[in-house]
Amino acid sequence: MLRPLIASSVLGAVVGSVLAAGVLFARAEATPGTVFIDNFIFNPKAVTVKAGTTVTWTNRDDIVHGIASSNNAFKKSPAMDTDDSYSFTFTTPGTYQYFCYLHPQMVGSVVVEATTGSIATQ
Amino acid sequence: MSEFDYRNGISRRKVLECMTWCGTGVLWTISGGVPHSLGIMGEAQAADTRGLTFLQISDSHVGFDKPANPNALGTLEEAIKKVNALPQKPAFMIHTGDITHLSKEKEFDDADHIISQSRLDVHYVPGEHDFVDTDRKIYQDRYGRAAKGHGWYSFDANGVHFIGLVNTFDLKAGGLGNLGTEQLEWLEHDVKGRSASTPIVLFAHVPLWTVYQDWGWGTDDSAQALSYLKKFGSVTVLNGHIHQVMQKVEGNVTFHTARSTAFPQPAPGTAPSPGPMKVPEDQLRKMLGIANVNFKQNEQRLAIVDSPLQG
Repeated sequence: MLRPLIASSVLGAVVGSVLAAGVLFARAEATPGTVFIDNFIFNPKAVTVKAGTTVTWTNRDDIVHGIASSNNAFKKSPAMDTDDSYSFTFTTPGTYQYFCYLHPQMVGSVVVEATTGSIATQ
Repeated sequence: MSEFDYRNGISRRKVLECMTWCGTGVLWTISGGVPHSLGIMGEAQAADTRGLTFLQISDSHVGFDKPANPNALGTLEEAIKKVNALPQKPAFMIHTGDITHLSKEKEFDDADHIISQSRLDVHYVPGEHDFVDTDRKIYQDRYGRAAKGHGWYSFDANGVHFIGLVNTFDLKAGGLGNLGTEQLEWLEHDVKGRSASTPIVLFAHVPLWTVYQDWGWGTDDSAQALSYLKKFGSVTVLNGHIHQVMQKVEGNVTFHTARSTAFPQPAPGTAPSPGPMKVPEDQLRKMLGIANVNFKQNEQRLAIVDSPLQG
């Protein structure tokens, strides 16, 4: 009786860990419009969201960054110091290329998809 | 490494030499367009320094308060005290940009308050951190009123032609520093009628040579700018932005970057990013500093001495 008990508690622990990892993973991915800046890189570099989604960039570097559309398709952010965030709500479907206007080698993109039935209004 | 190619009589040189962190700096000169290393600052001070002497400071980042240096204003003040203690008073100072960290009025005020204690005329060019106010107007209102475009200009001193360029305005996605067509045309016109024997000093914030593309340490259209200077026997390019001393010699052109007075940045490729580098407290002032530039008229010499704040 002892062995199965141990086995089931080990299994339980493993399942628990997997579930916990799954929850953590789900939380990290829960907000599709979240972009972090770490080490001069937009993470994720490309995000896909539904029209009407607010995308929020958060600077976790020790240096200032700034978000600007590559073709002035959306309003640029103010200078973002450490832990500052900038949000923009994308209402029109399309692909938005952007970069850091202080460090232009940093580039990323936001793909905005039409929400069902809303294409005519875009 | 090199993207410029000069074939007019001077053999192609490829010299990328990181200056030493030890001692008080390294002196080198240009004689007839050919650079020579002369030694450390002690020898330089012993040498005859008549002629034109000016200073370069850079990247003061007033307002920066992160762990790499919680008091950037304090180290700027130390740098200016070092300037004031120089045995020979320089003719003027150039500041190669990133005066402030966030382009705030108070940061510009604080910077002016400290830098003015040098009692020197200061010729500024802007860094990208000086253009982050919403309207990108504060820098130009303060420093660029007599300048062209977004703040470029030239002037003459002791027979040397100085050109201050702006390569930090309207940066392009995926690009490096950028001068732009209007400025390039102005530069071509500015140098056109000048004698080839006129020593040229070109200064701008972002290096006008590609130090490290992955980190954006270069200027997209710098080769175009330098093509206008091919006929000149002595061209010295002074930059900041990378917060460390580097130099390269390419034919008749000598490139040099100055230290920051605020915080060091890593050597190219040695860290995950070019962000501010936290070093032990007793090392910080060895990695910050100023540059002293001397031009000797009769010998066609131009010497640069980099001095850390400490060590």
